[in-house]
Amino acid sequence: MRLAKWRPYLLVAPAIIVFIVFFIQPIFYMIYLSFHDWNFISPDKTFVGLGNFKELLADTMFLEVIRNTLMYTFFTVLFSISISLLMSIWLNKQGWMYSFVQGAVFSPHIISLVSIAMLWMWIMDADYGLLNWILSLVGLEKVPWLTDPKTALPSLIIIAVWKNIGYFTLIIIAGLQSIPKHLYEAAALDRTPSWRRFAKITFPMLSPSLFFLTIIGILDSIKVFETISIITKGGPLNSTNTLVYYIYENGFIFFKIGYASAAGVILLVILSILTLLYFKVLSKKVHYQ
Amino acid sequence: MRTLKTSLPLKILNIIGLIIMVAIFAMPFVWMISTSLKTLGETMVFPPKWIPDSLIWGNFELAWNSGPFLQYFINSVLVSVGILIFQFITVIPAAYAFARYEFRFKNVLFSLVMVTMMIPAQLIFLPVFLNLSDWGLLDTLWGLILPFATSAFGIFMLRQTFKQVPEELLEAARLDNSTDFKIMMKIMVPMAKPTLITLGLFNFITHWNDYFWPLVMTTTEQARTLPVGIAQLRQVDGGVAWNILMAGNVILVIPILIIFFFAQRHIIRAFTYTGVK
Repeated sequence: MRLAKWRPYLLVAPAIIVFIVFFIQPIFYMIYLSFHDWNFISPDKTFVGLGNFKELLADTMFLEVIRNTLMYTFFTVLFSISISLLMSIWLNKQGWMYSFVQGAVFSPHIISLVSIAMLWMWIMDADYGLLNWILSLVGLEKVPWLTDPKTALPSLIIIAVWKNIGYFTLIIIAGLQSIPKHLYEAAALDRTPSWRRFAKITFPMLSPSLFFLTIIGILDSIKVFETISIITKGGPLNSTNTLVYYIYENGFIFFKIGYASAAGVILLVILSILTLLYFKVLSKKVHYQ
Repeated sequence: MRTLKTSLPLKILNIIGLIIMVAIFAMPFVWMISTSLKTLGETMVFPPKWIPDSLIWGNFELAWNSGPFLQYFINSVLVSVGILIFQFITVIPAAYAFARYEFRFKNVLFSLVMVTMMIPAQLIFLPVFLNLSDWGLLDTLWGLILPFATSAFGIFMLRQTFKQVPEELLEAARLDNSTDFKIMMKIMVPMAKPTLITLGLFNFITHWNDYFWPLVMTTTEQARTLPVGIAQLRQVDGGVAWNILMAGNVILVIPILIIFFFAQRHIIRAFTYTGVK
């Protein structure tokens, strides 16, 4: 009898221990480090209070990093969702042809970002790249995609959107298929025009899927690292430096552990707000049912 | 008659559109494979050549021999499979307890699980790196496996599945004096097979492809995995040898493409699982 009381705790213990050791403790450790100056090599950590945060907010480079992260996130999510919405309406049909196209469109999603980054580095090469070749076919000038501060961030956004679309499209298709058919039948009887059917039935019924994708898209974009690390290293002129890469750079290349941790805490705050928002909307949805 | 007239051009337009779509999303991989079989000179031709003059299979050998790739490959397999095994060991009992038991702090603990679902590895790598360094686990396979030894997402999904198992089945098993372990293995796990396959595929692909964690947590070649090894290929001799680089990437991609070919339905389901509730 006594043992039975402990059983559920024994069952959850392994998972909970891993979470505490590798997720919860590190968060507190990071917050602790953000109040200190430390270069990883010296044995002493100096307490500096909010010093790191003050320094961060006065650093124009960090402000650029925040701006780049927000721009990258905003446009990646916007384009991923709007293009996927159009494609899902197109591809939401039965038959081998459509399932083949769906599979092809989805394939970038399962490929390592390392391969994708290198592939696109080559595609966007100013001299030999596939993209400039296509532009030359229609008589356009070569574009220095990844080497010009003006086009480098948009180029990374193109890569991210390309990778996202397949996954986003499938989620939206699944959402479309869960809309009850009788809603459309009723609309057809009323002779509702198709654009109104979209605005009044399809779009509202899709909103849970679109909300889910927005959150996934934001989380995914905020943690972008691979394409930056492999293709641009944050350059040219800091134009593609974003939060996670900046933290990595400061921690592992400049050994500014406290400073990098403070940037990490700022990222944590952003993610917490998003998480709260997500669970708030989610709980509302649950109440609805 | 009239409908046929209007629908035929539309049908052709539709098919052209679909072909363009496939080209945009799948063609880059065709180009990757084509480049991996070219000579270095052919990679720098403009306009690009789609089909190489002769197939240089030696590129794969060169890529493979440019570093300890056998080591990388073995590490990749050990890490991906190791994570998979640990996740099953920790996720199944936790999901079972959350689905079938009432206990104090259940809600608190489950909230903890849900919160960690939103914490990406990219957020906490710095403190985890310092911890692993203190524990002497830096540059080891354990350092790549243990942080992912459980999965909040897995617990969440599996709990949903376990909740659907009819209570009568468990009652009957309890009357037979079955232990928790027996109930889990003989009733719960077989009933949850599709979910477990889904989670397994999802995790294997994610960790096979992961670059960030192995890059950050390893400093020498002994514990590095394939993605990190292949990323290093591009720093060879100043200039980029695209053909060798792409050969390396083909080596990385092929196992996943083979799995995708055979389990496309399962994989797509695995990745869309979260969105469709």
